[in-house]
Amino acid sequence: MRKTCLALFLLAAAALCGCGRDGGENTLTILNYGKYIDPEAIEIFEDETGIDVEYEEYITPENMYTKYRAGAIDYDLVCTSDYMVEKMIQEGEALEIDFDAIPLSKNLDQSYFDFSKSFDPENKYSMPYFFGTVGILYNKKMVDEAKVRSWEILWDETYSGQIIMPDSVRDSFMVALKILGYSLNTTDDAQLEEAKELLIRQKPLVYSYLVDEAQDEMIAENAAMAVVYSGEAGLALEYNDNLAFSVPEEGSNMWIDSWLIPKTANHVENAEKFLNFLCREDISMMNFDYVYYATPNVKTKAALDKSLQENTTIFPPKEILDNCEILKSLDDAATTNYNILWKEVKAAD
Amino acid sequence: MRKIRGLKRQLLAGPYLVWIAAFTLLPLMVILYYAFTTTSGHPTLLNVTSIFASVHFKSLLLSLELAFLCTAACLLLSYPLALALSSLKTKRQGFIVFIFILPMWMNFMLRILAWKMLLSNNGVINMVLEAVGLPALDVMNTPFAVVFCMIYDFLPFMALPIYNSMSRIDKGILEAAQDLGAGRATTFFRIILPLTAPGAVSGTIMVFVPALTSFAISDLLGGGKVLLIGNVIEQAFIQEYNWNLGSGLSLVLMVFVIASMALMNSRGDEGGVGIC
Amino acid sequence: MLKKLYKLYLVLIFLFLYLPIGVLIVLSFNDSKSKVQWGGFTLKWYGSLFSSESILEAFWMTIFISLGSALIATVIGTLAALGADAMKKRGQAFLIGAANIPLLNADIVTGISLMLLFVRFTRLGMNTVLLAHITFNIPYVILNVMPKLKQESRTTYEAALDLGATPLYAFFKITWPQILPGVLSGFLMAMTMSLDDFSVTYFTKGAGVNTLSTMIYTEMRKGIRPEMYALSTLLFLIALTLLLIMNFGPSAKEKEKS
Repeated sequence: MRKTCLALFLLAAAALCGCGRDGGENTLTILNYGKYIDPEAIEIFEDETGIDVEYEEYITPENMYTKYRAGAIDYDLVCTSDYMVEKMIQEGEALEIDFDAIPLSKNLDQSYFDFSKSFDPENKYSMPYFFGTVGILYNKKMVDEAKVRSWEILWDETYSGQIIMPDSVRDSFMVALKILGYSLNTTDDAQLEEAKELLIRQKPLVYSYLVDEAQDEMIAENAAMAVVYSGEAGLALEYNDNLAFSVPEEGSNMWIDSWLIPKTANHVENAEKFLNFLCREDISMMNFDYVYYATPNVKTKAALDKSLQENTTIFPPKEILDNCEILKSLDDAATTNYNILWKEVKAAD
Repeated sequence: MRKIRGLKRQLLAGPYLVWIAAFTLLPLMVILYYAFTTTSGHPTLLNVTSIFASVHFKSLLLSLELAFLCTAACLLLSYPLALALSSLKTKRQGFIVFIFILPMWMNFMLRILAWKMLLSNNGVINMVLEAVGLPALDVMNTPFAVVFCMIYDFLPFMALPIYNSMSRIDKGILEAAQDLGAGRATTFFRIILPLTAPGAVSGTIMVFVPALTSFAISDLLGGGKVLLIGNVIEQAFIQEYNWNLGSGLSLVLMVFVIASMALMNSRGDEGGVGIC
Repeated sequence: MLKKLYKLYLVLIFLFLYLPIGVLIVLSFNDSKSKVQWGGFTLKWYGSLFSSESILEAFWMTIFISLGSALIATVIGTLAALGADAMKKRGQAFLIGAANIPLLNADIVTGISLMLLFVRFTRLGMNTVLLAHITFNIPYVILNVMPKLKQESRTTYEAALDLGATPLYAFFKITWPQILPGVLSGFLMAMTMSLDDFSVTYFTKGAGVNTLSTMIYTEMRKGIRPEMYALSTLLFLIALTLLLIMNFGPSAKEKEKS
């Protein structure tokens, strides 16, 4: 009996808490990658503005999209990657950002807005947050440095069982497509088929396909080479001096994670306040320290140690970026095709 | 009089029936709807029949194989464990049983990550092996690592029901068997095994089903090289945003599970799965 | 001889189960943010744990949801088992079959289908997570209570009624003590399941609602915060201490004497 009472009480409490969330009070609902902002920054924002932040995290852009599409939550602000930004814009899910309400956005290097044009042609819908490239993180003790200049080293049988590939369709195909000299946004069946064959041929040499853990595996020296994002490589280098990073000469992928205000936003003004807050030098610095990816914020970069500013792993130089392509969102047919080919790679012996 | 009592008591299941209607059967309808329609909403059977596509079928076979191995290993490990537990003083048994539950209260993900650190090439186990002069293990990112961790994760679900039904065996029967000259082996095969069958059956269900549908373990310890049907379904739902395909495949999986459970249930009724 | 073998076997299984726990405990004292490198001994993660609002919030949310859902599921599930026990065979089979459905589905399917259902009728929040958890918890309770009811001798209960006891009185005097272990183990199992769940929680939670599981999963990509290991270690030690007190503490000793 006591149990029933307690249960009823809990249920009532739950219902009450649920109702409390409904009103149109001063809140801001943010959706971001996991561990992609210093939690302290959010607390500062709440203290300064009195806005109650409801912070949500996700793992992959596709994951985010699933939840967003279900209409499960009315988000005010979303941070996601280039091709997903493009998809949201194409589907009419993004609101125009009023950059006049975000005066501090002038702190951001204009060139990254220019790069963003490949997925947001008029720079109307997105504001860059962090960026980087994809390259090979390798162990200098195990790998011949001269050879890392080409993606082909990933097919070199001397490194059998010591290669880590990304466990994501687009990133893995990017590597194969670049070797073949094709665009990483190709939808040509013959080119994709070729790339698939190449990846299946590589499979026996692969130690594992990972997204999250490549960095740890490399620090622990469990593998000789890994295809990773530049930001992760930058972090790994801090822990193990034997590691180095290289973006192969065939070119690679440049990624930009950007903020956008989705159609579901109920608190556009608060979202703008938050974007402005993120561009502030001290906050941007906090987040850079926490995330350790390349920031487009000019002031923050200028305030860093010289050695850090010149660290080409974290801040890829212009000539490398110019040799990179940004992922574009694919239409449904192409997406399905990529997915089928990828499954064939994953299921191959 | 008794009939009325019975009827009144049946009403106790009322809240539950309402609950499953709302939160189990309705969602099941949603799955059924998606399973038999295309992304644009036209009726189709393709989502369900796509299980025969070579990629999907291969992963289903692999899942069945691994789930079977895992269940068999859990069974083999659990019997000696249950015997050993029953051989302890009764007073301490509850405590010891609890000791076996306790690890499950640490987050599943963290425990799997810990195994990863133990098993990897330069992991703790290999360091120890190297120090002793033994050859290093190379198990990471293989189906073996996946099965190993499944066993780790699901063993308590097998061990507890078996232990439970074993502890219910009347000690008198065992003594009688010994008095009549039965050896240990005979006692085990002729008495203990049949009497613990219900526990073994419910344990088998509770291990086999999650092992068949799991995807997180193969994601983390298979290094992306072990593609199970659970991974295919997860990818369909999340990576490919193709809920129709995902629903179709999970429906097939459900049929598989129900069939295997019916097979097992015909061999015994549901035994206890209790801890206490 | 056999006894010694048994002991050895128990120790081996014990090691098997606790090895990863040991790793996590060691990690919580590791003075390096990378989990694959030993950077010396530190207690700093324990300190920063208590100043991390987000982790503590997720912790209380986890406790609330797992305790709450396990409790409610225990009530509904026990009632259901009692009701089913009074039913004919076919009714029972249906009930148990339905109870198994959530166990049969991959978590992710349960999660997404519940989400689709919830968004039609309500906003996602903490209560939707609670509802979802109760749903997948009930089967564990039923599966634990049913066998105990089967063992219970109905005749004693019927006799009590014939002797003039009210059904409620007879229930609490006779049936309840017999099924209590089943109810308790059902409760524990439900709580364990709820503590560990990620997929269902992830899809049914509202904005700003985080449990430790969802937090750990979303952090996987960029490395788990070491505070998480510290928290797990603390939780584990607390559970262990409680267990030890329950078994070897003063009240346990008294029980043994009597």
